[in-house]
Amino acid sequence: MFTVISRIFHFGFKNFSRNGWLSTATVAIMTLALLVFGGLILFSYVTQQAVTSIENKIDISVYFNTNTPEDQILNIQQSLEQLPQVANVGYVSRDQALATFQQNHANDQTITQAINELDTNPLEASLNIKAKDPSQYGTIADYLNSPNLTQYIDTVSYAQNQDVIQRLATIVRIMDRGGWAATIFLVIVAGLVVFNTIRLAIYSSREEISVMRVVGASNSLVRGPFVVDGMLSGAIAAISSVILIAPIVYFISPYLDNFIPNLGLFGYFSSHILQLLVYELAFGVIIGAFSSFFAVRRYLRN
Amino acid sequence: MIVFQSVSRKFNGHATALEDVNFEIDPGEFVSLAGRSGAGKSTIIKLLIGEDRPSRGRVFFGQYEVNKLRDNELPAFRRHIGVVFQDFRLLPTKNAYENVAFALEVSGRPQREIAELVPQVLDMVGLGDKTNNFPHELSGGEQQRVAIARAMIHRPEVIIADEPTGNLDPFHTAEIIKLLEKINQLGTTVLLATHDKEVINNLERRVITLDRGHIIRDEKKGKYILV
Repeated sequence: MFTVISRIFHFGFKNFSRNGWLSTATVAIMTLALLVFGGLILFSYVTQQAVTSIENKIDISVYFNTNTPEDQILNIQQSLEQLPQVANVGYVSRDQALATFQQNHANDQTITQAINELDTNPLEASLNIKAKDPSQYGTIADYLNSPNLTQYIDTVSYAQNQDVIQRLATIVRIMDRGGWAATIFLVIVAGLVVFNTIRLAIYSSREEISVMRVVGASNSLVRGPFVVDGMLSGAIAAISSVILIAPIVYFISPYLDNFIPNLGLFGYFSSHILQLLVYELAFGVIIGAFSSFFAVRRYLRN
Repeated sequence: MIVFQSVSRKFNGHATALEDVNFEIDPGEFVSLAGRSGAGKSTIIKLLIGEDRPSRGRVFFGQYEVNKLRDNELPAFRRHIGVVFQDFRLLPTKNAYENVAFALEVSGRPQREIAELVPQVLDMVGLGDKTNNFPHELSGGEQQRVAIARAMIHRPEVIIADEPTGNLDPFHTAEIIKLLEKINQLGTTVLLATHDKEVINNLERRVITLDRGHIIRDEKKGKYILV
């Protein structure tokens, strides 16, 4: 048993090195397929970050009439926080609103003067509500519309931004689902490309397979070296694809940061490089072994 | 040891490769299968090594009934036979040594034994100095000698040679036939299929002559005679 296994590996490695061109071509195609695979892993991180950053930008603000007592607003905040759809609620008091406003317009003489001439603070207190999921803002807005609350409320920003929020929510959803669909589709394509490449490589060895059988080689001894060969190609392709991805990510990372702030793709890549390599190795080795196994099978029938 | 019992092989119902073929070969014999191309020589060999199955009849080899062997039993069965083909059928990615060694490796022999046997056999076929050459670096006659070395390395009971000299010039032909006779003298049964008149007439051994799928002559000291 041990002799057979060690011979299978020995033959596999030897075939790989002696069929130099064929092995190189196979490894090159597999590298391309694995580049797609690795790209998809990074792409899913990018969409995830994009979705999060969009989600973070969506919120609704509730502005309360200036005569609403602060206790009442804090009560409403508490009741909102108990809603299952709500992630968090931030309170901005009238004084804080004024301070922020003054800070923002510190350089604008006219506005500063106008504010100073007023006896009272004209700004309203507000609650900033973040939902757990962007599609839930409608429900939250409905809750705020209930009659016992409307008496305190001046405006709800959702009414004004409803369209935009819903559109963003749709985009988030589509990006999420579309990303998965694209991933599955491209992984299948990559898998088929690799399978066919290996099939062709083995097709060119069909004579050899028949000779091995005539000499009395058992099926496993004929098939084994091809499977080892496929796994070896997959492993080399995995390593080279990661090596190729590194500079690509390094160069595009700053551009992506313009679209999605704090994305830091290169940082993510370098901190997850081992994990990525493991995924690529698993994908490459498994698909190499599978393809070889099935490609040889048809030549093993008599 | 080899028995064909009323063996027929037909393709698609009408094309007939063999019809009602009967013969027996005893251990130690040197038998030539003669006949034109298409007479059925290769079909007999394919049936004998289990590459093809008869439409009717039975094929025996020693204790095996070849026509009943399942696919997964064939590899072990074939280790009792050494086969030599017209087109040599060497493994192109292995050198002469490895091609010969392969026949032992498939039967799980230990490396030590292989390292000892292979040079001996390559010496015997006169290729002791070309062990590291790949098939494309060898002449036709040399490639066929590697193939013969591969066929005999595991000491099979029978060596089957299907037109082994078909691709060779008269000089190398004589060399290969001499080699087969030498193997036969050492006790191995040899079955040689050929359409080479000269080869058969020089051998003066048993000849089974085939014509259009029928055995038309089976003589102890035969000559190549058609019709």
